[in-house]
Amino acid sequence: MTGVRVLVGTRKGAFVLSSNAKRERWDISGPHFAGWQIYHLKGSPADPNRLYASQSSGWFGQLIQRSNDGGKTWEAVGNKFAYDGIAGTHQWYDGTQHPWEFARVWHLEPSLTDPDTVYAGVEDAALFRSTDGGSTWKELSGLRGHNSGPRWQPGAGGMCLHTIVLDPSNPERIFVAISAAGAFRTDDAGKTWRPINRGLRSQGIPDPNAEVGHCVHRIAMHPSRPGVLFMQKHWDVMRSDDAGDSWREVSGNLPTDFGFPVAVHAHEPETVYVVPIKSDSEHYPPDGKLRVYRSRTGGTEWEALTKGLPQSDCYVNVLRDAMDIDSLDSCGVYFGTTGGQVYASVDSGDSWAPIVRDLPAVLSVEVQTLT
Amino acid sequence: MIRVVLPTHLRTLARVDGELQLRVDGPVTQRSVLDAVEANFPVLSGTIRDHVTHRRRSFVRFYACEQDLSHEVPDAPLPDAVATGDEPFLVVGAMAGG
Repeated sequence: MTGVRVLVGTRKGAFVLSSNAKRERWDISGPHFAGWQIYHLKGSPADPNRLYASQSSGWFGQLIQRSNDGGKTWEAVGNKFAYDGIAGTHQWYDGTQHPWEFARVWHLEPSLTDPDTVYAGVEDAALFRSTDGGSTWKELSGLRGHNSGPRWQPGAGGMCLHTIVLDPSNPERIFVAISAAGAFRTDDAGKTWRPINRGLRSQGIPDPNAEVGHCVHRIAMHPSRPGVLFMQKHWDVMRSDDAGDSWREVSGNLPTDFGFPVAVHAHEPETVYVVPIKSDSEHYPPDGKLRVYRSRTGGTEWEALTKGLPQSDCYVNVLRDAMDIDSLDSCGVYFGTTGGQVYASVDSGDSWAPIVRDLPAVLSVEVQTLT
Repeated sequence: MIRVVLPTHLRTLARVDGELQLRVDGPVTQRSVLDAVEANFPVLSGTIRDHVTHRRRSFVRFYACEQDLSHEVPDAPLPDAVATGDEPFLVVGAMAGG
């Protein structure tokens, strides 16, 4: 049966929200891994019943969970994330060099073609890959070994590799983003990497046009146009039409260009969604109004989507991994908030309704379209 | 047999109820007890001490016989009462985070 499964990671567990294609009534299961932080969980495009979840706690560290039945049952798999070779150092907040130390997995990105292959973006920033369903992990150390590595430094949330975008037209090409180093691309399946930050301008760093040091928050791509990337940066919404070789700002008429997530419509590659947030120190919507902004022109011209969203006294945040779309004929758009609401729109953002209102703070939302 | 009490979250992970009863060959130390825990319950590897360095995780504590043994060296003998199974070795999630 056609339907949708929404995978929600929260500060205190994971939840699986399921519905048929109408997306009117939802079955909610969870909390899975109650009491643990679930930074991210995501399904394999090659086998929708294969899910991976990043489970962590300040007490007991990192675990990876795998499900083979769409989230009904889970088993812990490998959790050994050892940096390749001598870990080395990166820049610390005070300018000194600091040893690379594993903290947690921020993002899991299953392969587009193989359910047993999955990538993990971790803090301190590095990219790992498993080819055995998460049992063992090996670092793709060419990224961290880039000569700019010792100059990377943590953002306020830690030095995390939080975004992994796989190119559906080229299995050798992967994009990643690191806070606060910037965006990087490999064209040889992870052996070598280069920064792709030309055109980014960040006022919070000594050289606003530096090769690295930018606080990229999220990158999104439409699978039919893998050379076109949209980026929500710390400040600024950016667009690249050459696979990241250069970027231009498309913030246009947004009320603020700070924010975390960015997503692209399933069927309209020029339709893009962001959630403007007031500022880097005031992590809530401007004027207490929760508004998704949609551009149908690939950026620059944006319209506020407000129907069904709170338009007064709303001071939640929407984190970088907490927005996604489904690919049903009428494209669904979903996002979760730090206030524990998960909102859904079944009409490309024109109107919204909460699926749930009172979960723990939502860290991630991933949507599977089931056929 | 050595008795080990795990915190709730680790019991859930290991899918056990109550305390563990483990055979430990040789001297009974933090290291040998944790080696036995991880050998019997591989899912707990990395949750109590680091995979590579074997350093105790910062917010995990080790208690036994009403003593805090968290800062003892890993190869120090545990109290006789733990070695004989009269008292359990407690793995505790520290009070932290407010």
